[in-house]
Amino acid sequence: MRITLKNLSRTYSPPQQTRIQAVRAVSLDIPSGSIYGIIGKSGAGKSTLLRLLSLLEKPDAGALYYAEQRVDDLPPRELIARRRRNGLIFQNFCLFASRTARENIAYPLEICGRSRGAIQERTAELLELVGLAGRGDAPISALSGGQKQRVAIARALANEPAILFCDEATSALDPQTTRDILDLIRRIKQKMQLTVVLITHQMEVVRDICEYVAVLDNGSIVETGRVQDIFVRPQAQITRDFLAHLTAGPAAPRAGSFVRWSAEGGQYTLRFVGAQTGEPLMSELVRRYPVSFNIRAGGIQYLPEQDIGTLVTDLTGEPEAVAQAIEFLRNSGVIVEESV
Amino acid sequence: MSFVLLLQLVGEATGQTLLMLLLSTLCSLALGFPLGVLLCVTDPALGIAPRPLAHQLLTRLVNTLRSFPFIILMILLFPLARWLVGTSIGTVATVVPLAIAAAPFVARIIETALQEVDRGVIQAARAMGSSNWQIVRKVLLPEAWPALVSGITLTIINLIGYSAMAGAIGGGGLGDLAIRYGYQRFRPEVMAAAVLVILLLVELIQFIGSRLSAAFLSRR
Repeated sequence: MRITLKNLSRTYSPPQQTRIQAVRAVSLDIPSGSIYGIIGKSGAGKSTLLRLLSLLEKPDAGALYYAEQRVDDLPPRELIARRRRNGLIFQNFCLFASRTARENIAYPLEICGRSRGAIQERTAELLELVGLAGRGDAPISALSGGQKQRVAIARALANEPAILFCDEATSALDPQTTRDILDLIRRIKQKMQLTVVLITHQMEVVRDICEYVAVLDNGSIVETGRVQDIFVRPQAQITRDFLAHLTAGPAAPRAGSFVRWSAEGGQYTLRFVGAQTGEPLMSELVRRYPVSFNIRAGGIQYLPEQDIGTLVTDLTGEPEAVAQAIEFLRNSGVIVEESV
Repeated sequence: MSFVLLLQLVGEATGQTLLMLLLSTLCSLALGFPLGVLLCVTDPALGIAPRPLAHQLLTRLVNTLRSFPFIILMILLFPLARWLVGTSIGTVATVVPLAIAAAPFVARIIETALQEVDRGVIQAARAMGSSNWQIVRKVLLPEAWPALVSGITLTIINLIGYSAMAGAIGGGGLGDLAIRYGYQRFRPEVMAAAVLVILLLVELIQFIGSRLSAAFLSRR
């Protein structure tokens, strides 16, 4: 289901005098059937935005549409009915400790007044779907983090939602479990034709699963687009920071994707997209212009649709020659960023 | 005093105390339990169904009732007891002030137990489309159940103490026995026997309560 946000704002005033505008005039268009990431640092307003999107809170201004229907001003009864068609999963799972795995999954069905038989059948189906068949009677405390998130996913899917909201759903999990959970989300998204909205502070998660991404900073959207475009041409400084953290971070999940062998230097970041990764552009560059380059770091990002090569280099020579060299690279389709 | 007579006295008083306890526990729960749930649900800080004004009023009511010394409350409530059960003396009449004194205590205990429920879980339930009533019945109460059992145990034990005091002003039971025979008629053995039974009662109820609470917890 397509989700449209038009100038959504939310301000908190109590209990201090200072008013905090957590979300400022956010407009987004989340295409139906996509996996849409919203990335931001802590305090950027991600959680508030998700609470608005999932109808837990009402915005102070703006409008929210599910498909063509306006949903931010629903009366209580319709609001509850609408929420029952959303699925949500959370960082700390938020499962009911008083219930077994199966009873947790049964909860959304119970509150909709489904019959005992229907609940029994559906919970068995869902346990199977998330790979927990046979663990239905386990108390929640007996499950591992990954298993808990699987139960939470099954619970979120119980009422066959059109939208799945993920609030930092993998932040409490180790890298291997994170990949398993992301795979599961991708699989069920295909199977159930879900629209997935994923809130995270990890660029890895965006890279590994999202088709689109919106970057949130200080309550506002600073950048949106297809993930591969953002990776190739990050516009906002904060996006670059996220990417830098990703590329320079310790042992990225897909091994050997980026290596930095020199801590200083690296004035220019060159990004090679798709086929260019194979061409001897740098050799060509030195042959044509009186410049020399020194590679400080390099690597390849494997995105779902195309690969991006990244080189962090210094270019030395006469300023004019350097400028011409950069011009040459740009004309060859390489994205050149100069760091200050 | 013969042993048989002592046994007879203590037995009769224990029966009265147990009756007082049973009735006053039931009545104080009937009054205090919904009040505790309301206190928790209306709390603006928790946000289940925030009603700041109602919450303030309930808080004031509970605090006022709790600040009365029990013996004063009991005397004040004589007319109410007379109106409700036809007399202000005796075991059944004592239940009225006992229940009313314990109700605000129960309310606070229930509120505290419910406040311990993980807010994320409540929020998840709300996001899934639970009504307020469903949140209370299917989330708050089951999640807080072990803490609620401990709270109810504490209430019964407190009521044993209250009922002993109530005995002093005509309520009957073990407290009455201890004061009339043990204190006023210089019969230390009666006093000792009454205190011993009260001690055993407290131990027994605490034991059962702790076991129940632990049993509920271990199933999780």
